[in-house]
Amino acid sequence: MIFPIFRTLEAKDKKVRFFSQRQKITSSIIGSSGESIYYLNAAIMKILVCISHVPDTTSKITFSEDKTSFNNTGIQFIINPYDEIALARAIELAEGGKGTVTVINIGEVSTEPTIRKALATGADDAVRVNAAPRDAWFVAKQIANYANGKQFDLILTGRESIDYNGVQVAGFLGEFLNIPSISIAKKIDIHEKTALVEREIEGGKEIISSPLPLVVGTAEGVAEPRIPNMRGIMSARTKPLEVIEAIEVETLTKIVQYESPAPRGAVTLIDAAEPEKLIELLHTKARVI
Amino acid sequence: MSVLVFVENIEGVFKKSAHEVVSYAKAIANTINQPLVALSIGDVKDENLKGLSKYGANRILTANSDKLKSFVNQAYASIIEAAARQENSSIVVLSNSFSGKGLAPRLAAKLVAGLANGVVELPTIEGSILRVKKTAFSGKAFAVTELNSAVKVIALNANAFELRESPVDAEIVAFENQPSPDDFTTVVKEIIRATDKVSLPEAEIVVSGGRGLKGPENWGIIEELAEALGAATACSKPVSDAGWRPHAEHVGQTGIAVSPNLYIAIGISGAIQHLAGISSSKTIVVINKDPEAPFFKVADYGIVGDAFEIVPKITAAVRSYKNG
Repeated sequence: MIFPIFRTLEAKDKKVRFFSQRQKITSSIIGSSGESIYYLNAAIMKILVCISHVPDTTSKITFSEDKTSFNNTGIQFIINPYDEIALARAIELAEGGKGTVTVINIGEVSTEPTIRKALATGADDAVRVNAAPRDAWFVAKQIANYANGKQFDLILTGRESIDYNGVQVAGFLGEFLNIPSISIAKKIDIHEKTALVEREIEGGKEIISSPLPLVVGTAEGVAEPRIPNMRGIMSARTKPLEVIEAIEVETLTKIVQYESPAPRGAVTLIDAAEPEKLIELLHTKARVI
Repeated sequence: MSVLVFVENIEGVFKKSAHEVVSYAKAIANTINQPLVALSIGDVKDENLKGLSKYGANRILTANSDKLKSFVNQAYASIIEAAARQENSSIVVLSNSFSGKGLAPRLAAKLVAGLANGVVELPTIEGSILRVKKTAFSGKAFAVTELNSAVKVIALNANAFELRESPVDAEIVAFENQPSPDDFTTVVKEIIRATDKVSLPEAEIVVSGGRGLKGPENWGIIEELAEALGAATACSKPVSDAGWRPHAEHVGQTGIAVSPNLYIAIGISGAIQHLAGISSSKTIVVINKDPEAPFFKVADYGIVGDAFEIVPKITAAVRSYKNG
């Protein structure tokens, strides 16, 4: 039987299943209408976006008495800002039926509002691995375990999370899935099965070409974060959010103590009429010039 | 047993941050009484390689081939892994540069090693347990991380450790390696680097401007002061968002984190997101016409007044100080 090629129409309003040419095409009853819908589109790109649930940027950071844990009482949690960039780019690349966007988060049930925000922004479906994110190694192992065999063309993460600043998940994922990774990208373009990525380097950038599948850690410049619209927010409630159990992973790192930066002394004010005094102090007292 | 340090070169040259990483790795090697092996990948002249022994490298391995001339994280990670296994290294150190950040996790995964990156201090080591301080919460705190794997990988921040000369005799040995062709799937098409400017993440002095400068046409005072000081230029997020300055100059929580000896902030109010990017600065100078600007609370030195009048005078003072 030969299946005609359809452009996807209003796909986000229906529960549809996309079949890439690589997958065996099977029939399926989809959606409450009982209609069977077959889409055969060789160009569909499967994108996985890894998001983490982090304390808000303007939060005052405090720790427990013994400084061994982060104090999250009264703290607003958000999608990691770099992950919002990754999500926005994924949605851009998938728009118009060109692909699908799955978001994955490692977290306990408290992260679900953050995951729903990603769905509201435009992701198609979500996965939550039910575990507290122990460290980047643990998180990457869970994501790799989920992604294995699902043939994602592109896996996007924010370059780092604003709480632990590891810049590790993209690189770990590349190794675990045996695919290339670019950890800090300022621009991502995809042409057919090749990615053209701008990697940030000291004083400039490198333009890299890579085949897919590829993992990329997104930095500022890749895309503008999207704000969910009313339609997005409404549809987020019914988009699939699958919860799966975590696999066992060895613990290689552990944070044993937090420290706040040493408080700075009071500012030494210099008279606006005598700016030369500043140079003197920078030389003699601060010894920085 | 040994400590292995991967030393990154920029166009065949080792910069200050490369020598900092060797100094740091040497200090660790001394603590655990092991030799320091340095590994370089790419096209580096012998005289530059030899310079690594000035900072304590007992053995200098050099891996080079046509394919290794530009940075490919998979291939480099495979080579460092091979060197770590050959040299029986329990600790591998590298710089937390942009390349280092892409390399460290792939290397750590290959070695099944605990990884601490953004490190700012020497570790404490008790037997097989290593603890080291790294930055966290985008510069608002530090986290002491414990690594308890057999092999550990540490990525050190630029300007976090001083240069320490500890000259030894060292031989340069070619490191034969055969990374698999699969390691070269990504291809560097073009490198665009402003070589004349000081790179921001490694800069020792930074002059930074904010919205108080009113527009990009006024940036001359920033650039002139930076030139006089031999400093890198930077800006706040609203400035780069408005397109007055390139994104690459944006310092802050979602921009570049800098750790200079001197950070001069001109016309920047000091929002938390900006402060997060500069918290590792040793000395902070704030120039702002608003005495209530939050930045003054974290400044070491401050001048309240009109930047357009004050900054040129400071530049003149710097010039006469440097010439006098």
